[in-house]
Amino acid sequence: MTVLDTPAWRPRTEAGPLLPDAAPFRLLGTPEAARLAPALLTELYGQLVRGRRFNRQATALTKQGRLAVYPSSTGQEACEIAAALALGPRDWLFPSYRDTLAVVARGVDPVEALTLLRGDWHTGYDPRETRVAPLSTPLATQLPHAVGLAHAARLSGDDVAALAMVGDGGTSEGDFHEALNFAAVWQAPVVFLVQNNGFAISVPLAKQSAAPSFAHKAVGYGMPGRLVDGNDAAAVHQVLTEAVDRARAGRGPTLVEAVTYRIDAHTNADDATRYRDDDEVAAWRAHDPVDLMERELTGRGLLDDALRQRTADEAEALAAALRERMHDEPRLDPMELFAHVYAEPTQQLRDQEAMLRAELEAEQQS
Amino acid sequence: MSPSSSTAPAPAAAPVAQKPATMAQALNQALRDALVADPAVHVLGEDVGTLGGVFRITDGLARDFGDDRCTDTPLAEAGILGTAVGMAMYGLRPVVEMQFDAFAYPSFEQLVSHVSRMRNRTRGALPLPITIRIPYGGGIGGVEHHSDSSEAYYLHTPGLHVVTPATVEDAYGLLRASIASDDPVVFLEPKRLYWSKADWSPQEPREVPPIGRAVVRRSGRSATLITYGPSLPVCLEAAEAAKEEGWDLGVVDLRSLVPFDEETVAAVVRGTGRAVVVHESAGFGGAGAEIAARITERCFHHLQAPVLRVAGFDIPYPPPMLERHHLPGVDRILDAVGRLQWEEG
Repeated sequence: MTVLDTPAWRPRTEAGPLLPDAAPFRLLGTPEAARLAPALLTELYGQLVRGRRFNRQATALTKQGRLAVYPSSTGQEACEIAAALALGPRDWLFPSYRDTLAVVARGVDPVEALTLLRGDWHTGYDPRETRVAPLSTPLATQLPHAVGLAHAARLSGDDVAALAMVGDGGTSEGDFHEALNFAAVWQAPVVFLVQNNGFAISVPLAKQSAAPSFAHKAVGYGMPGRLVDGNDAAAVHQVLTEAVDRARAGRGPTLVEAVTYRIDAHTNADDATRYRDDDEVAAWRAHDPVDLMERELTGRGLLDDALRQRTADEAEALAAALRERMHDEPRLDPMELFAHVYAEPTQQLRDQEAMLRAELEAEQQS
Repeated sequence: MSPSSSTAPAPAAAPVAQKPATMAQALNQALRDALVADPAVHVLGEDVGTLGGVFRITDGLARDFGDDRCTDTPLAEAGILGTAVGMAMYGLRPVVEMQFDAFAYPSFEQLVSHVSRMRNRTRGALPLPITIRIPYGGGIGGVEHHSDSSEAYYLHTPGLHVVTPATVEDAYGLLRASIASDDPVVFLEPKRLYWSKADWSPQEPREVPPIGRAVVRRSGRSATLITYGPSLPVCLEAAEAAKEEGWDLGVVDLRSLVPFDEETVAAVVRGTGRAVVVHESAGFGGAGAEIAARITERCFHHLQAPVLRVAGFDIPYPPPMLERHHLPGVDRILDAVGRLQWEEG
């Protein structure tokens, strides 16, 4: 017996049970899929088709100048919708800038969800009412927020979990590390979803991380890591649901890595042909989340032409409604720029407000 | 969603600072009273629990209120402030301690990108009532990274309040006001005044000073010294010494850099026509530059001389063996007062 055998120095957690599977977990197209409820599969299918259409419509809106920018999640729809559907009504979602679709799938009004990307100054939706944090542009900074909120919920005795989304590039940020460490130490009811889509704008995975997988990073923090096929909506849904249930049961945080691919460029302002070849994109198109679900449904006789058509029509109707509503120029009141900086504006802000008001009045008169 | 009281034992009658009390005791009392008054208040930071903080400001809080109300966090400042954001989003009222001025910098992105603008970017839906306590300033013989005056970084960030007490009484009152504020407050504690004493007890009912009001610590007819935090005692000493030179100096303690109490400062300077701004932090781009500019804009026709600044040199904070040359002292302040164009006045 030496000091190295005392509780303070023994490993605090057993590493083995925390390790992810060697290969990404899959359900669709495997025998395991047979036990999945048809209602869940058709729900996921409808969400996937509508999500794909939403991405296409939002991208088109950038070309028409209706959106300032849109970071598309085309190819990643399975992760987006599974993240939203894995949460209960009292849980919180913490999206990154690429996760508008998850926000919409959670039930936030699409026009409100696109407010910032439209070029407005605020998030559009009420985070408390929707239980969706503002889309976070500074990478990984939303992760400690999710940990703090989940911790606060636990301290308050509430049955609430948080799910925070981040990309492969975001895992290199310091806030990723700090958030996971705090979450594990505090055993906070939080789930981290890393969407590994292969690129941080142009920088490929190999230049981002030398870890065996992002899921392996969980072990270093003392939480389980799960590796899942990010284009298999049923698999992502199951893994995230288990992780959220585990968090709610007081068993602490989980890190989930979903292996997926960003089919579109980083944003409409990016040119992906400069850093990747078409063959790679084509290979991932052959493993498309919508196709995978269609094949599963078709194989089980759950998808006939009528359902296919009805789903497509629903997606078209949503896209048309979005087009219609985004057609109007948003009415921004410049005077509101001063309204929410502080609970009470400072004297200096009041002076500046008066200056702008006078300028606006002069503009109207000229 | 309203936070219920935590599982911590209900605090017994909280210790009350006895006369004379130090600023450290007054701050401790303010935290105690805030923890008793509002179950949403949570203290978190490095070593704030069992140890009571490296300056003992949180002494006994974990013992009396439980680990959930006064939490030792992992050693990571961005994580501390980032999790405080999430706690505030849920309705709690976190009071975080950054151990030293220069150790707060890792949390800067959270502060600038989220804490300062969450209310604004959510159109008022998510105010963040977070108090960020930061011991700051020099004069304690600290080795490098332990004596920075970092206020200029914070006051340049819209959405933050920046508050700094200079007296024992204000330490209590301003900290209570900061914790009660629905806006985020960077609460800068002048660490060399932690052990300053005053005949003070929180049991005597006193008005909690509103954030954003300067106070005239000494009225004078010749010229006005405008200062805050650690430089207040130096300015009061200088004003006393100036009597020998025949100058009757007034001293204004800003107490809050944001909001800046322009009205009080302008009214006082109009009365004297001469002003010197005194602070420890580097002069270039510092708080004094902003204050001097605003005085000039507001009081130009009342001024008998340009507004001067006495500030730290524009150098990285010097080693303890040389810091006395860096910090504004009585002589340097009086030299500046002497340059206020008396012969032409």
